[in-house]
Amino acid sequence: MNSRWPYYTPLIILGILAFYFAAGLGQNPAKVKSVLINKKVPEFLLPPIEGSLRGFSNSDLKNKVVLVNIFGSWCVSCRIEHPFLMQLKEKKSIPIYGIDWREPDSTAGPKWLEKHGNPYTRIGDDPKSLGAIAFGVVGAPETFIIDKNGIIRFKHTGPITKKNWNKTFKPILEELREK
Amino acid sequence: MIVEIGHFSLVLALFIAGLQGTLPIIGAHQNNHSLMAVATPAAIIQFILILGSFIALTYAFLVSDFSVINVASNSHTEKPTLYKISGVWGNHEGSMLLFALIIAGYGAAIAVFGKNLRPTLKVRILGVQALIGTGILAFILLTSNPFLRLTPAPVNGKGLNPLLQDPGLAFHPPLLYLGYVGLSLTFSFAVAALIEGRVDAAWARWVRPWTLAAWGFLTGGIVLGSWWAYYELGWGGWWFWDPVENASFMPWLAATALLHSAIVSEKRDGLKAWTIFLAIIAFGLSLLGTFLVRSGVITSVHAFASDPTRGVFILLLLIVTIGGAFILFAWRGPTLKGAGLFQPVSREGGLVINNFLLTVAAASILLGTLYPLFIDVLKLGKVSVGAPYFESVFVPMMIPMIAIMGLAPLLKWKRGDFKTAIEKLKFAIALSVIGGLFVWILIDRASAFTSLGMTISLWLLTATLTELAGRIKLFRSSLRESINQLFRQTRASWGMTLAHAGLAIAIAGITASSSWKVESIQIMKFGDQVNVAGYNYTLKHVREIQGPNYKALRGTFIVNKGDDINWVLEPEKRFYTDPVMTTTEAAIRPTFLGDLYAVVGDRDEKSGGYITRIYFNPLVPWMWTGAIIMVLGAGISLTDRRHRVGAPSSNKIPAPGIPAE
Repeated sequence: MNSRWPYYTPLIILGILAFYFAAGLGQNPAKVKSVLINKKVPEFLLPPIEGSLRGFSNSDLKNKVVLVNIFGSWCVSCRIEHPFLMQLKEKKSIPIYGIDWREPDSTAGPKWLEKHGNPYTRIGDDPKSLGAIAFGVVGAPETFIIDKNGIIRFKHTGPITKKNWNKTFKPILEELREK
Repeated sequence: MIVEIGHFSLVLALFIAGLQGTLPIIGAHQNNHSLMAVATPAAIIQFILILGSFIALTYAFLVSDFSVINVASNSHTEKPTLYKISGVWGNHEGSMLLFALIIAGYGAAIAVFGKNLRPTLKVRILGVQALIGTGILAFILLTSNPFLRLTPAPVNGKGLNPLLQDPGLAFHPPLLYLGYVGLSLTFSFAVAALIEGRVDAAWARWVRPWTLAAWGFLTGGIVLGSWWAYYELGWGGWWFWDPVENASFMPWLAATALLHSAIVSEKRDGLKAWTIFLAIIAFGLSLLGTFLVRSGVITSVHAFASDPTRGVFILLLLIVTIGGAFILFAWRGPTLKGAGLFQPVSREGGLVINNFLLTVAAASILLGTLYPLFIDVLKLGKVSVGAPYFESVFVPMMIPMIAIMGLAPLLKWKRGDFKTAIEKLKFAIALSVIGGLFVWILIDRASAFTSLGMTISLWLLTATLTELAGRIKLFRSSLRESINQLFRQTRASWGMTLAHAGLAIAIAGITASSSWKVESIQIMKFGDQVNVAGYNYTLKHVREIQGPNYKALRGTFIVNKGDDINWVLEPEKRFYTDPVMTTTEAAIRPTFLGDLYAVVGDRDEKSGGYITRIYFNPLVPWMWTGAIIMVLGAGISLTDRRHRVGAPSSNKIPAPGIPAE
């Protein structure tokens, strides 16, 4: 009886959806996606943090592949990430630019960096989220890879660890440097 | 100790649910009455055990027992009591426990109130309900146990996300779950009927009130969430087509369709397979929502911390539950032949078209929500689907639906007369067309779309009232007779009238607020004035205040219009420390024509002023009022006498002209 087939369609559709869900589970949702990926860094200009002379603006992001890292002394995950950033600095593997996001007062950021070390080439003070908004940041820490032309190539949410550095950051950086 | 008792009783509940999910179904199959007799007491005991477990967790939150991981990560001693309680379900583990509690609660309700149900059907419903419960309880105990201990216990907890510390949001999840999980019961009804191979009017009569209850809760839950977004996110938006919002909207659409197709199944013995199908997908979409929120396959502002293990488990649960039901459906569905034949132009015809439109709308929202996932899995890049897609797909489907919604209640069952119905509605047609033209010509900034929105809103309202007027014989008999008739209308028919009229009012609010919103963002110093939509706002001062667990900047605006109006609006910007977060609390003053809406932002260092955002959101109060009227309609319909007296077993077809409710 061919009138039976409509009764099978829900099962078939569920099967197809289940396939996608199962496949989707294997993917890293944190990798998804900033609307800014493959776009030029938006314009921003941040003042220096206390005790430093130079701030950080979009014009600093030229002619080299760099990381832009959003952090804050109040952020626990940033503290977890910090030693790894220090390692990157010691190995001179890549310049890191920092955006010091929403400090409770102007001395908190500098104090924190004094205590734990400063891995950043330049730091912009961002108490009013101007830089964070430009980068579409949802939380700290977040890290962006910017290529030689000042284009955002990758966004990582959460702390950078040795594992995700080797797995995701390294291949992207190598590819960008070869270009 | 109390925490351990809670943990233990949850394990026991899993065991009982396992028994309840198997023995009665076997018993019903073998006609073994002692096995069938397990169902009712098991359902009640299972509910009591989960309730005990839930109370134990609530206790741990109330006394701030930070040796429990869940409490330590989501509570804080300085949190107000209301938010200590709402913290129980403000996290993944606790919310799943609430989910399990409500599943068992609905089961227990059937066990207690389902005396008139056919015994085999009743125990099968309880069995299926317990199988769902078993899945959820196993999920909690294996992947998301809220009773795990933490050593050493911290001095204080991490606190609840401040955005969730809000009265609106405290009750949003329980309502939403009562809705989602209510659909688990209609699902159990559908699967039990498929196992029995029998769908009759008595079955449909039982399904309808439970669907209605679930629909009412779901509507309330969605509206509460939307209202929260409106005043808490601080820019006057109330719907974002976020995946998680869609996840609650899709089951709502399916439940709305189910509500109406069950009427045809009850009154006309038709659309049986379709009603069963809707009952399955309505719960399927609820589970899908749970999966989307908790597995992290889709990014959303609402998503809980994602955990692939949990995702795998919920996906399996989804596949087994819904796949199993669909297999039964493929097997039994073709045998469910309806008796009620009908002409295309008839009340059934109208209900079928609208069912179709609602289902297609739900499907296109599903497609839009999952599209980023499809593209991602197929390695075609990353995309996001936003409001433009949903609006351009959803809105055009709603326009014919509303047109039919006004018309169908005036058609007769089986074979309606289009001409007579239009004749009755000529007043409604004229009024809505004139109203639409009026909006287009006389009001600034009215697009064709705005006037169309106003036209369909007016059409639905006037057509609904015309139908009511016809029923009470207004203008066709004496006024006194009409008023008598008005009081003699069944509560179920009041339910329909209110729900449809409420939707009409809400549509006016939605149309106006998306067309005529006025917004003004500026830096204001103390004493500065700004005029928004005819109201004059003066920033008097901004002061620092101390809340129970936050500090806040409170701005004070004096609002003037003419001599009569002299209001004070006090928006806040709150700074929480546990966890660190800033929230905005908009100050809203509703008026008949719209909300005055003010937000105070950061201090501008250069000028010394404050950034302020002031909106006029036209007819937004109509939207909330309309939604409340809809929920009220569901509530009134539920108190209909019919639902309380025993359902007659005869398959009587009512006289034509009785309204669908």
